[in-house]
Parts: sequence; structure tokens; C-alpha cells
Amino acid sequence: MKIHRPTRREFLALTGITASGLMLSACLSDAKLAHGDGVRPNLFVAIDPDGKVTITAARSEMGQGVRSSLPQILADELDADWDQVLVTQAVGDREYGNQDTDGSRSIRNHYQRMREFGASARYLLQSAAARQWSVAVEECSSDLHKIVHRATGRELGYGELAVAAREVKLPRGFKPSLKSPDQFRYIGKPMPIVDGADITTGRAGFGIDVQLPGMLYAAVKRCPAIGGSVNSYNADAARAMKGVVDIVEIPGPVGAPGFHPLAGIAVVAANTWTALKAVEALQVNWNSGPHTTDDSEHYIKTLEAGARQPGLIARNQGDVDKGFNDAEQLVEAEYVVPYLAHATMEPPVATVRFRANACEVWAPTQNPQGARTELARLFSLDEDDVVINVTLLGGGFGRKSKPDFILEAAWVSRAVNAPVKLCWSRPDDIRHDYYHGVSAQYLKAGLGQDKMPLAWLHRSNFPSIGTTFEKGADNINNLSQGCVDMPFAISNVRVEGAKPEPVVRIGWLRSVCNIQHAFGINCFAHELALAAERDPAEYLLDLIGPDRMVDLGEDASYSNYGMPLSEFPIDTARLRKVTETVMAAADWGKTLPAGHALGIAAHRSFLSYAATIVEVSRGEGGKIKIERVSSAIDVGQVVNPDRVKSQMEGGTIFGLSLALYGEITTLNGRIQQSNFHDYPVLRMHQSPPLDIHLVDSDHPPTGVGEPPTPPVAPALCNAIFGATGQRIRRLPLAKHGLV
Amino acid sequence: MGLTLEINGETVVVDADVDMPLLWYLRDILKLTGTKYGCGAGLCGACTVHVDGRATRSCVIPVAAVEGKKITTIEGLSGAGDHPLQRSWQTLGVPQCGYCQPGQIMSAAALLASNPNPTDADIDGAMSGNICRCGTYPRIRAAIHRAAGEQAE
Repeated sequence: MKIHRPTRREFLALTGITASGLMLSACLSDAKLAHGDGVRPNLFVAIDPDGKVTITAARSEMGQGVRSSLPQILADELDADWDQVLVTQAVGDREYGNQDTDGSRSIRNHYQRMREFGASARYLLQSAAARQWSVAVEECSSDLHKIVHRATGRELGYGELAVAAREVKLPRGFKPSLKSPDQFRYIGKPMPIVDGADITTGRAGFGIDVQLPGMLYAAVKRCPAIGGSVNSYNADAARAMKGVVDIVEIPGPVGAPGFHPLAGIAVVAANTWTALKAVEALQVNWNSGPHTTDDSEHYIKTLEAGARQPGLIARNQGDVDKGFNDAEQLVEAEYVVPYLAHATMEPPVATVRFRANACEVWAPTQNPQGARTELARLFSLDEDDVVINVTLLGGGFGRKSKPDFILEAAWVSRAVNAPVKLCWSRPDDIRHDYYHGVSAQYLKAGLGQDKMPLAWLHRSNFPSIGTTFEKGADNINNLSQGCVDMPFAISNVRVEGAKPEPVVRIGWLRSVCNIQHAFGINCFAHELALAAERDPAEYLLDLIGPDRMVDLGEDASYSNYGMPLSEFPIDTARLRKVTETVMAAADWGKTLPAGHALGIAAHRSFLSYAATIVEVSRGEGGKIKIERVSSAIDVGQVVNPDRVKSQMEGGTIFGLSLALYGEITTLNGRIQQSNFHDYPVLRMHQSPPLDIHLVDSDHPPTGVGEPPTPPVAPALCNAIFGATGQRIRRLPLAKHGLV
Repeated sequence: MGLTLEINGETVVVDADVDMPLLWYLRDILKLTGTKYGCGAGLCGACTVHVDGRATRSCVIPVAAVEGKKITTIEGLSGAGDHPLQRSWQTLGVPQCGYCQPGQIMSAAALLASNPNPTDADIDGAMSGNICRCGTYPRIRAAIHRAAGEQAE
């Protein structure tokens, strides 16, 4: 991968600002810089005299296609020929704006900006041509990599204008005019990803593939006990091994773990294999930490007991207790989702060259600016002296937003004064993750005469992500992910959180707390439909209720993924539309073969709307078979329908993996799983046919990386009930002998 | 040590720990990094290469065990990255993150070499040792069928 790295000086010249945040106006008024022999109209695009257009991708590529789709947006407004576009990857620098590639927000937050950057660069070329022809700029327009003077038919290619464009200034207060959707050349079209050829030939540069001159390789033995530390160690046998260069002790965190590396002993060697072997030869005497009696079964019982008691109120509308009193029928249920691990195919890995008071990093990171800040803080460096080069990520799913593995590599590189690639083994990855938090939920509804809920109580008890950073943090913020924003038309609603003490490091994993909340709410909706003796899908539509923007009440604690509700409301018409779309796709209500059943779920997350129907059949020996999964999504304006579809496929299979097999357990304060044999994920022969539907939408673009996942597990479990009569209230299915 | 290997048509003399798995020899010594580490235990298939034409997990086979055998890695699968599978992978937009795909393609290439027109069940059998955490399985299946169809023409 070719990486262009503007210098600090270039950044300042390009943006005209030094404060944080990328201001388009500043870019547009002053943002022009010589770029080799060509022109760099703004931070994100440069044009060479030979016509080559270089577009900078500032968000991390981990399979969602963002390295292609954001440049695709800019290229569209620039009217550039995609075949002449080269994409380069930005280093971590806040001048690019937010680069933290999580929360399914790359397109949502950068769609408009990329369009404006492209359109303003096009205007610059248009102005350069107009000047050359001594005509008004309005008389010129763009046409695929060239500017045309409409009256005379004269043309100049973008490359021919690259030098002249250096002399053009955008007018003060310039606002670019954007294309109308019918003029889109690339937006909304299924474009191939830019890395396809490199990936299929093995040339693509992932974090694990970084090579530096004089580079050493490190592996780490970390404390097997959660929260433990090194007491003493003997590295004589390891040191004696041929190829072992050095041994480095890494101190663990004090207090909340944050992004600090875990306690361990690193072996630095001439190659990975030697480092891995030498790690086995280390003899370490560990302090086993504060959790030696922890066992996740017991922990779950504690969470369940907690969820049966009143908690911290996050939403309170109407009078829930009166609603229960007035109800004809009360329904209660409890749901458990275990700890989950990310298991990215490329484990955490980073290469760092630490020299004097500076360090340079090459890493598969979702959050290069975060890594930069944390490195500067841990080693008391100036951020200007920390350079983060972003490689391709072999999977992210939230794991690689945490820079702990980069800090670890930096620690070792500093100690041995050489470039070091530090790669986690798969057992390291499974045993020392930032896990998706185990949860217990209690739901209660009171049904009225019409069998619809008069009152709804939802308690969600799990250690919050906040505990990773602050002792005693409650989980109220995390309830914004699909719990507080329960969209059903119910007058009396109370949602409660909690603040259990954590054992493991808790992190965010693809779709985060929407996983358990979509599971609890959609399974419970199905249980209510059965109590009401109604068709589950029709009942779900009645729960969604009339088309409206959901009012959560005045006291609701709700963050709406960082966006105002006025701009991105909870729109039940959109939720209904995806639900009806998937019902039509799966032909809900059709006659099924004996032993087959459909299950449905719908869920809004990351401002997008998704619905899933799973068809299962009862197989031999009490096993179930997943026959087909249908899904529909509304992500607003689609940039690349093929990548939206691929995220739907991937997010669905991710959801099936966690529903079928996903479970991390602890015993005596240790993680019990270590590799794909005891933490399985879906394989080819278990992958069902998928039927994906994108709902046409002219709403602003929203996320697609995560929203496909939450409805999968509940739709599956609802289908299993239909096929077998067995109600699954605790994941995964493997625990129940169903797969 | 005097071990001689044939990798992508070139003869290489091994100067390393003979217990070193082929994977690390390829990656760290020869800098052929297209072959990926995923599990170190033969469970995920990210490290798949061909040894005498058979799909083999290079993370669990020591270099000493492949002496005198013909080894093909993703870098050597085709001259110009134009194996029918490499083409169909791109045409159908199979890769998401792409990390597992060299291993997937090597498994699929071994399948097609022995079975030019595989059924879905054949694909399940040959490909279930290769994990894709991004969930590209439906497209991998389609891309194998497409490449098989192209080869038949």
C-alpha cells in the first residue's frame, strides 16, 4: 500500500487552522498547495499533470468498504474518472476530522463533507479553465475528468489544468454547488473495492505484513489470571534459545484497565516462531489478581438477581405500576447473553519504531488519533512526534479501536531500541480481549383487554463499557443502544439500568449493547404475541404502532448515537417499512413444510432500520437447521449498494455466529476459551442462503456496519420456538444442544 | 541445515530452525506475506498453501516435512493474478476485510484442480476448514461456481 503522508507544515497550510476539527470553509478559502507538479485543492484530493487524481481515505478499512466508498463520493462530485483515481491512506491526525472508525458513522458523518471537498476541487478546475479561455466560470462545466466550455465545445483535461489551478483562489465564502441525485456518477452505484486485486493476489498490506529494516519480532506471555500481574520470572531457558534477542517485562494497568497493556513478559526474537517458542519456555510466578474465585455462571446468577430488583431509571413514561395493576394479563421473561470475543481473523498486531523521543507506528487500528494520544500520554511524548500509519485491518469489529496492543509494541520497541513487530497469538486474543459484557435482562409487560401492552418494564443488568475506564461506572449510557429507545406504542414505559462491578475488560463489539437489547425486546415481543394468541409479525407491527416519531418522555437518558433526535428521529414508519419488506420477501404466512417455522425481529440501531426473518427446520437428534435468512434494511441514501449488501451478509452471519456459538466463560478468574475449537464461529457449511433487500430511501445516509446484526439472534430464536416449541432465553444455541 | 524447498517454482535453501512451521518460514524469512496467520493450530485455514497441489495448513507443518515438495503460495498461484478464482473473487466482490481470502482462494484452487465442477456439498467439504469472520461465505460459494463455469468453457 502506498501511503502519502503530508507533513505537519502541509497540514497547517492546507487547513489554515491549528485548532482541532477540520473546517471546510478554511480549506476552501486558503486550501491549495502545490502537490509535486500538480495541485492539491484540499486535504483530501490532489491532481497531477498526467491526470492522476489522488484521494485520501482518512477512515480505517476493515471490510466495510470505506476506503472505497468515501473516495467514491468525492470522485463523484469532482466528476473524476474512477480509473484515474488512486486512493491513499491518511495517517492519524485530527486535521482530517474524526477518524475513529466505529459506531457505523463513516458515511453518515462524512458524506456531505466528501461531496463538498470534491465539488470545490471541481470548481477550482472549472475556474482554471475559464481563466485560460477568458470566459466566465459559469460557462464551463465538468464532464468526466475534463472541463468543457459549453458554447464552443473547447475541452481541457483535469491533468492539463493541474498546474493552472494552483494559481486560482476560491472566492471568499464560497459554497460549492452539489450535484442533484440524478447526476450522480458513482454514488448509488455498485463499485468494486479499490483493494480487490491486492487482496486476491496476497499483496494487500495488513498490519501483520509490515516489514521494516532491522525489525525484530515479539510475543508476550500475559497473566492467565484476569487482572493479575508479574511477581517474578525466570527467563534463562528462553534467553538460551537461538534467535532470542531480549526479554522485556511489561507492567500492567493500575486501577481501571483503560487502554493500558496487560501485565506480561515479552520475548523479542529474530522471527515470530522463535518468539512464540521462547514464550512457552518462560517461567513466570504470577500474582493472580483480585478475581481468583470468579466464575461466569455465578456472575450471571448475580446479574439475574440484580435484574429482578429495581435499578437506575433511564426512561420513565406514564405510570408503569398503574399499568400493571390495570392489566388483564402479566407476562415476564428473563434473557441472558454471555460474554463475547471479537476474534478478528488478523489478531491484534502492531509494529513500532521507537527512537529517542519519537515513535512511528504501523498498525491495523480503527482509531489512529486515539492511538497517537495514548502513546503520547504513556511515554510523555509530543503528539507531533508520534506518527500513526494505518494499514488495512484484518477485521476490526471494535477490537482494533483499542490501542492497547500498539502501546504494548511501543513499550517493547523502546526497551530494545529497535523496530519491533508484536503479534498476538490466537489464544492471546481470545483470552485477553475487551469482551462484550455478559448481560441479564428482565422484561415485564401488562396486557390490556385488546391484548396490547398497557405497561412495559425493561431492566438491563450488565457491566458497562465505562467500567473499563472508570471504577463504578453505571451502564445508563449503554442503554441508549436499543433499550431506552424501545419504539413500541406503549403509554407506560420504564427502563432501568445498573452498575455491577466488572471482572474482565469490557469493550464494544459490532452493534454493541444492541446485541442483547434487540434479543430481549424482540424475543419478548414474540412471547407477548403468543400470550395474545396473535400472529407474531402482525403483532410486532401493532407494537410498532402508528407512523410517528417516538417520544421517549422528558426524563429519558438517551444519546441517539450522538445526533439530535430532530435530525434523526426514531421513525416508526421506517421500522414498519423494513418489517413489511422482509415479510413480503420471506412470504410471511405461507404454508411451510412440517417442522419448519419463521421467526421475525426488527430493530433500529446506529440510526438505521433493519428487520430479519429466519426460517429454521427441525432436524435429526433435536438439532435445528437454518434454511434461509431474509433481511431488509433502510440506511437512507445508499452510496455503494454492493457494499451495503455485503455488510448485510456479513452482519447477518456475524449475528448467526454469536447466536449459535458465541460464549466466553470464566472459571477461577480465568478465561476458559482459547481458539476456534472452543470459540467457534460460523463456517461455510453452516452458512445459510441469504436474501437481502435494501429499502429505497431518500433520508440522509446512516450506518450499515452494525445494524444488520442485532435482529438476527432474536429472529432465529423466535423461529426455533415455532419449529420446536422450545423457548431460548439464553444464548448461545450450542448450550442447548440445538446445533 | 541443507533443506531444499521448491516455492512458487523457485528453489530455496532453508537456513532456519527445521521445526519452524512453513507459515513463519514463508512470512518472516522469505517475506511472502500473502499467507496469513490466523490460529496456529490448523483450525481456520488462513495459512493455506498448496503442497504438491494439496491444500495444506502451513501453520502446523514444519519446513522439514515439506522438503523436496512443490509449494505454491497465493503469490505463485497465477502469473498475473488472473487465476479464474482470482478473477471471479473480484467480479463478485467477495472480499470484505480480505485477510482470510488468500487462504480461501488456495483452498478453492485445490478443489477446482481435483474437481472442476464442484457441487455445493463439495464446496462445503473443501471450504469448511477456512473461516471468514466477515461472513463472505455466500459469495465465496458463488465465486467458486463462477470460476468452475468459466474453466469449463
